[in-house]
Amino acid sequence: MLDSIQQIPLNYYILLSTVLFSIGVLGVLLRRNAIIIFMCIELMLNAVNLLLVAFSAYSQNSAGQTFVFFVMIIAAAEVAVGLAILVMVYRNVHSVDIEKLQNLKW
Amino acid sequence: MRELVLWIPLLPLIGFIINIIWGKQLPKIISGGIGKLSVLASFILVCIVWPSVSSNQGPVTYAYLNWIETSSFTIPFSFLIDHLTLVMLGIITGVGFLIHLYSDGYMKEDEAYYRFFAYLNLFIFFMLLLVMGSNLLITFIGWEGVGLCSYLLIGFWFKDHANNDAANKAFVINRIGDLGFLIGIFLCLYHYKTLDYAALNSIAATIPIGATVVTLITLSLFFGATGKSAQIPLYTWLPDAMAGPTPVSALIHAATMVTAGIYLIARLNGLFLAAPLTMNIIFCIGITTAFLAAIMAIKQNDIKKVLAYSTVSQLGYMFAALGAGAFASGMFHLTTHAFFKALLFLCAGSVIHAMSGEQDIRKMGGLKGNLKITHLCFLIGTLAISGVPPFAGFFSKDEILAVTYTKSFWMFVLLSVTSVFTAIYMFRLYFLTFHGPFRGTEDQKHHLHESPWTMTLPLVILAILAVFGGFLGIPEVFHMPHIFKTFLSTVISKPGTEVSHFFEYCLMGVSILALIIIVIGVYKYYIKNNNLPEASESTLNWWQKAIYNKFYIDELYNAVIVNPITQLSKWVYRILDRKITDGIVNQIGLSTLLSGQSMRKLQTGGTGFYIFAMVIGIIAMLCINFLFK
Repeated sequence: MLDSIQQIPLNYYILLSTVLFSIGVLGVLLRRNAIIIFMCIELMLNAVNLLLVAFSAYSQNSAGQTFVFFVMIIAAAEVAVGLAILVMVYRNVHSVDIEKLQNLKW
Repeated sequence: MRELVLWIPLLPLIGFIINIIWGKQLPKIISGGIGKLSVLASFILVCIVWPSVSSNQGPVTYAYLNWIETSSFTIPFSFLIDHLTLVMLGIITGVGFLIHLYSDGYMKEDEAYYRFFAYLNLFIFFMLLLVMGSNLLITFIGWEGVGLCSYLLIGFWFKDHANNDAANKAFVINRIGDLGFLIGIFLCLYHYKTLDYAALNSIAATIPIGATVVTLITLSLFFGATGKSAQIPLYTWLPDAMAGPTPVSALIHAATMVTAGIYLIARLNGLFLAAPLTMNIIFCIGITTAFLAAIMAIKQNDIKKVLAYSTVSQLGYMFAALGAGAFASGMFHLTTHAFFKALLFLCAGSVIHAMSGEQDIRKMGGLKGNLKITHLCFLIGTLAISGVPPFAGFFSKDEILAVTYTKSFWMFVLLSVTSVFTAIYMFRLYFLTFHGPFRGTEDQKHHLHESPWTMTLPLVILAILAVFGGFLGIPEVFHMPHIFKTFLSTVISKPGTEVSHFFEYCLMGVSILALIIIVIGVYKYYIKNNNLPEASESTLNWWQKAIYNKFYIDELYNAVIVNPITQLSKWVYRILDRKITDGIVNQIGLSTLLSGQSMRKLQTGGTGFYIFAMVIGIIAMLCINFLFK
């Protein structure tokens, strides 16, 4: 089983995970729509999940995969709370544009 | 017995505490009563303690607690009661009580009546501490304390700025003397590891005469004494101190505080006898001060200023006696001087009271009809200070003159001339104040009245003491016991030098003759020929101007010492304090302000910026984590 997994070198997984993570970070920094930002956060989480699973498979250690479970649960909870906050913000500001949230200025 | 002695200074202290905290709310009878009764109680305690200490024939030390304890020396808080202490205690509490009684009448209308009695009580407490201490440090506490009380009491009417200046001057000059005292204490501690009087006197008997250490110690202590007892060079504060109320002048600057220096030297007589150089210096300074002060007194026109210079002069006499080795004679003159000088000051206060605050003798005259008791007491005081037999001053002054003759002929001449001047200025003061036509305003004439009994009773008591006090020290030419000398012989080891009987008789005869001539001469000059002191100094020639302006010594001190220090302090204030110290502190505050102002610009409120900052922060933490692992 291991050699079929090991046919794709680990570096590819690391590279893919890094690229996904960077795209996620850039999205969080550059996008104005709050929902897109949430999606990018999910993208970052998934990139980390991928990396964890890859390492777990290559070193035959199941701790990584167990950790992925936890990450997924937390991601789900976080999305729930985040979207709830977003809905409340929309009800007050009538927009999901983060540029509109400037009230905490000095 | 131990406790009784402790209560002697404690009672005036309690009187001070009560008066200073609650005095304002208490009625005047109670606050004044507490002030007077505490000193009276101290006096009664002194009377109770007197016989038991007197019979002991030796000094009694009461140790109360170990105050300073180090590996090399111990300084206990203890009192030393011997005959010398008893003499001083009697003067302080006795004359002190009379002056408290007098102050009741004198300060009756003053609104700060309670504060006056509080300060007077505090002064008595410190003075008692000074004389009862068994080592130099307790005496120093009292020494500083009486300087403080002198400042508080001279500047009692503090709303008038001139009084504050006089009080400052007195305190600062005293402090300069205190520096000498402190240096003396340090030297004693360093070389002899003890400050105890008994120990120092016995150590002094063992060391070689004229050793450098002893000379330095005694010179420093004497410098302190010149500050406290107003000798050259630190005497200029005493005439200015007359700005205070008259009871203050009587108590502090006649009877008690200024005698502290003399008490100190008499107490450490063993130490001083081991330093002949210092004794000579004391002798010369004493006589010079007596001479110069007497000259300055002749041209003064303020009642109290004449008496102030007279005090400086008489203190010079006492220092002359000490310098010649006649410690008992110095103390004897101290006692008689306390009597007649306090009497003179209180009479002057009575006159000032009657003249509605006028102090210039050029505006007085002919008061003997209106102020009978005051006139009689003032006359007695004048006779006593001029050395008219059988009043008190005659015996004590004669003794000092005789002792001076045995030491140095020319100094004796100088001191005799000083006695002549003393008689001249005192009788000038007496005649101008009480005889001749009245030179004041009509308003003052209507208000002329004799003082109430609270003021005249102390005058009468002091007058009786001035008349009979001299008999405590009859010279042995009359073959009567010299009570004072025998009393102090337990403390003062060295007996005075003897003079021939022939000389004594000559001295007495000549002084009586001189006095008669002087009195007649002064009377004729001022009263018969109606020569009044000049209204202003424009009519004087150059040497008269010099005397009138007190030889310009005050101006000299001002120019050489006071003004440079004032300029220096102004410079320090302007540059060092305002620019540098305040600058540094202000800059620190400003920098905090500026950093705050720049930090707040980070709060833009934009969510995107915050996320960006968060990312930067995470990256930074990771970098630091990996770089410095």
